[in-house]
Amino acid sequence: MWDLPGPGHEPMSPASAGGLSTTAPPRKPWGFRNFKIIYRRYAGLYFCICVDVNDNNLAYLEAIHNFVEVLNEYFHNVCELDLVFNFYKVYTVVDEMFLAGEIRETSQTKVLKQLLMLQSLE
Amino acid sequence: MSSACRQEEIINQHVVPEERPGAVILEIQGLFSKLVPLECILCYLLDANCSLFLAVVVGQSRLLISYQSADIHCGNCLLEAWYFLWLTDLLRFRWRQHRVAETRTSLLWNGDQAAGMARLVTASQLHWPMLHPVRMGFRSQGKSKEAEIKRINKELANIRSKFKGDKALDGYSKKKYVCKLLFIFLLGHDIDFGHMEAVNLLSSNRYTEKQIGYLFISVLVNSNSELIRLVNNAVKNDLGSRNPTFTGLALHCIANVGSREMAEAFAGEIPKILVAGDTMDSVKQSAALCLLRLYRTSPDLVPMGDWTSRVVHLLNDQHLGVVTAAASLITTLAQKNPEEFKTSVSLAVSRLSRIVTSASTDLQDYTYYFVPAPWLSVKLLRLLQCYPPPDPAVRGRLTECLETILNKAQEPPKSKKVQHSNAKNAVLFEAISLITHHDSEPNLLVRACNQLGQFLQHRETNLRYLALESMCTLASSEFSHEAVKTHIETVINALKTERDVSVRQRAVDLLYAMCDRSNAQQIVAEMLSYLETADYSIREEIVLKVAILAEKYAVDYTWYVDTILNLIRIAGDYVSEEVWYRVIQIVVNRDDVQGYAAKTVFEALQAPACHENLVKVGGYILGEFGNLIAGDPRSSPLTQFHLLHSKFHLCSVPSRALLLSTYIKFVNLFPEVKGTIQDVLRSDSQLKNADVELQQRAVEYLRLSTVASTDILATVLEEMPPFPERESSILAKLKKKKGPSTVTDLEEAKRERSADVNGGPEPAPASASTASTPSPSADLLGLGAAPPVPTGPPPSSGGLLVDVFSDLPSAVAPLAPGSEDNFARFVCKNNGVLFENQLLQIGLKSEFRQNLGRMFIFYGNKTSTQFLSFTPTLICSDDLQANLSLQTKPVDPTVDGGAQVQQAVNIECVSDFTEAPVLNIQFRYGGTFQNVSVKLPITLNKFFQPTEMASQDFFQRWKQLSNPQQEVQNIFKAKHPMDTEITKAKIIGFGSALLEEVDPNPANFVGAGIIHTKTTQIGCLLRLEPNLQAQMYRLTLRTSRETVSQRLCELLSEQF
Repeated sequence: MWDLPGPGHEPMSPASAGGLSTTAPPRKPWGFRNFKIIYRRYAGLYFCICVDVNDNNLAYLEAIHNFVEVLNEYFHNVCELDLVFNFYKVYTVVDEMFLAGEIRETSQTKVLKQLLMLQSLE
Repeated sequence: MSSACRQEEIINQHVVPEERPGAVILEIQGLFSKLVPLECILCYLLDANCSLFLAVVVGQSRLLISYQSADIHCGNCLLEAWYFLWLTDLLRFRWRQHRVAETRTSLLWNGDQAAGMARLVTASQLHWPMLHPVRMGFRSQGKSKEAEIKRINKELANIRSKFKGDKALDGYSKKKYVCKLLFIFLLGHDIDFGHMEAVNLLSSNRYTEKQIGYLFISVLVNSNSELIRLVNNAVKNDLGSRNPTFTGLALHCIANVGSREMAEAFAGEIPKILVAGDTMDSVKQSAALCLLRLYRTSPDLVPMGDWTSRVVHLLNDQHLGVVTAAASLITTLAQKNPEEFKTSVSLAVSRLSRIVTSASTDLQDYTYYFVPAPWLSVKLLRLLQCYPPPDPAVRGRLTECLETILNKAQEPPKSKKVQHSNAKNAVLFEAISLITHHDSEPNLLVRACNQLGQFLQHRETNLRYLALESMCTLASSEFSHEAVKTHIETVINALKTERDVSVRQRAVDLLYAMCDRSNAQQIVAEMLSYLETADYSIREEIVLKVAILAEKYAVDYTWYVDTILNLIRIAGDYVSEEVWYRVIQIVVNRDDVQGYAAKTVFEALQAPACHENLVKVGGYILGEFGNLIAGDPRSSPLTQFHLLHSKFHLCSVPSRALLLSTYIKFVNLFPEVKGTIQDVLRSDSQLKNADVELQQRAVEYLRLSTVASTDILATVLEEMPPFPERESSILAKLKKKKGPSTVTDLEEAKRERSADVNGGPEPAPASASTASTPSPSADLLGLGAAPPVPTGPPPSSGGLLVDVFSDLPSAVAPLAPGSEDNFARFVCKNNGVLFENQLLQIGLKSEFRQNLGRMFIFYGNKTSTQFLSFTPTLICSDDLQANLSLQTKPVDPTVDGGAQVQQAVNIECVSDFTEAPVLNIQFRYGGTFQNVSVKLPITLNKFFQPTEMASQDFFQRWKQLSNPQQEVQNIFKAKHPMDTEITKAKIIGFGSALLEEVDPNPANFVGAGIIHTKTTQIGCLLRLEPNLQAQMYRLTLRTSRETVSQRLCELLSEQF
């Protein structure tokens, strides 16, 4: 959701970003049709999630963090290059945690156990 | 607990290496297949300093971004992360030399990791240096782009030759190349081969090979039917596999692709896997969500059955992951089939109860930052929102849960981490949303409201935002409305001090939602003052809201007028036509405010610079009610005129047109300024104006003021009659602006609540509100806002001006609406009410014998005021006059309030006739001229004489009238229910005899009779054949005269 800035950071409104602010996009689309975008920033990384407009904002905000913690554990201090060059593994992590547009598993222990099991098959 | 803490530390220290650009988009709920303007996301991320945008897109939705030569568009291909990177860097030049070096190192590192990826990394090595700012410069000139394409093409050619080579590739190489193709595709290049190899990988026995195969299929395969069949085959094998990992891969593939073909193939299979006793938990989770995906894409292919009850019992499962997945599935299914999943309510409540009462260590894996299973709690609360409040027993338990959640919100936090409070509040907000949904426990509603009140001043922007949003829905509940109102000061403060515009917007919404008569003045005043500094994007919406609130809760209409004029002063540009139309409607309809309105606009117009909308309102109101303030020498007629005319040259054409109408109204109101106004109208700038509308008005008004007598002027330029009440067009506009999903419910609720206040705006068909915006130049007098009152038309249409010029003020009004219908009702009956409006009722009583008849017309005055110059006239065309003779005496020209006068009409039918006479009534009511016309139901069939005859006679005569001109037949659809008794009554009422047992088919009706005229008698036979199945009738008339057959057939056809 465009107006839910990541925790611990100043609001990332287009106007405050400077530089391109003169071409700031219209804000309306962020509540686009029946969807909204919830995002969380980790330094330069933005994790965005699109959900129905009446979905629970905070639950999905934390779902992102849960996901990032799993990535971090799995890749041992994840950086975005881990994500880029192991893109096929990222897909696996996503499938373990989110499937068919819904939350599948929230337990980090269980997800990691499964991921390690799959890793051992390689 | 300790592990959570440890992870947190790691995250804070390492996860996020400084300045590491990137982003991951997770696709949730099939968004990207629907989302079109991705440019918006891109622009936003660009703007938010995000330099790498990596989209991981799962599911059917292919996604998304394709960037080609500085032109972003949405394509059917998967992501183009690098393009995005280049784009951002082009704009920002943020990359530094050492970062590129660092990148290279890690690439090599990765290269060692997986041998299969080695080549891929090499390809990327070529790729990365292009990010160097210097190279970026080249790239922007198109050179590196070519280099990149060259490199990619080389790689593609290599892969192609491997695939086509003589040697059969082993599984490992196949996987390697398919993975490369996938990566190249992710870079934004089209891939037109390799699909077969990917499908081959599916049947491998090695997990890694299978996984890459499935990934390729999930990302790249669209509904290529040939391929899908092969894929489905492999999926089918894996679904039945004894290896749960393979089953899982197959299920994920189905859930991600989710195409109709897959639904056809597997929709029957998956419920079995889901409820089978020996299925592993992780497979159950995938199966539940897989089924959900198929149900979303093709609900018709997912059959409900025995499995539904067993799915409901998954809510009791030991494994919370299974419960989470099942809750999602059940929520979606229950929305469509609430009855089938009713039992889930009590199970969900008991599961929820166990979660919220558990200690933070009880659920182990599922405790997130000391909050027990937050996501599952949210899911369960959401599931309960599919149903009304449950039975008392379950309800008590649920209430306990909700109270516990509210209590926990009051406890001191167990961790200072934002993750803890977010997870806790996620559950809290969902609980509040359930409480609002049930809207039945006043205690909980008030507690929820107080809790949100605390968040209103929280330092977290997110919480403030969400609290305002949530309170908006609470405000519409009667139980919590008062509690919400207590926070008014805080909300107003938020409006003034909040830094984030989106939060301010929510504050405006909440103020609007909590407004009622008690606080309307304060809220409107605050909104008005906020309007002066409000963001441009939301000004129009605020204007509409202020206008609606001011109207709805006005106790004192002077306050209303002040508010709207202020609105125009502060934000004139955002005041739409609906708003100023509305203020005029209200002033015209309310006598008590007219003088004040005139005075106020006069004062407002004295400002050196005033908005054009103010000139319009001022012009209209002074034109109508300027006389009310003319007594004051400071606002003498001439001053009023000069004031308005000083704005004239600054205005647009529609406003000038309106002002010209004001001037002509002044001529009537103030005869002393007639000369001045005529001079203005006569001036070249008016009479020869290039704009045809202005010129025409000037010419006509000048002529009118010269030719017409004072009386006529007074009639033509009469004060406007009251506007009919209907839904406020402003409200309609706000609804349109906000979109149906967001405002309507709230609005409906508010309306119900306020129905007793000011009568509330009446719900009216949507068309009524759109009808109220004619362009000012289309309406001759610029009176704009309302269509003519359906009764006596007000003196506003062009017709009257024509009358004035011909000096003959008595044109016949067009037929009153509904007159045709009434006319038809009288064909088969003689007595009843012919016409009725707010003023007048016309009743009829008549009898006919042979060719003679007598009709009594009763005119009832429904008002308490006298009708003057009451003149009913019977109008017959020349044709009709020859065939029908009508004699009547004039009636008394005054009809007292509440009185009824009677008029007798003697009728003689000379010969057969077709038309009907018109009754025109003209009178004066309270100074306005009324003109009503109705068709008088004197029809040919009234002169029927029934004739009884036997079957034999009937058919003999029927045959005699076999000349084609004598027969008229009509086949038509039934307009009323086909009831035999009613039909019989109608035929008898029509005047003919109804002949029983004549027609061989008992369902048919036959009739016979003679039409009597002075000159001749005409025998008539009729036959009506109903067809119940087709709901049709066939009507046949045979008479000795063609015109009679024709007319009778017309008349009778209308009756069924």
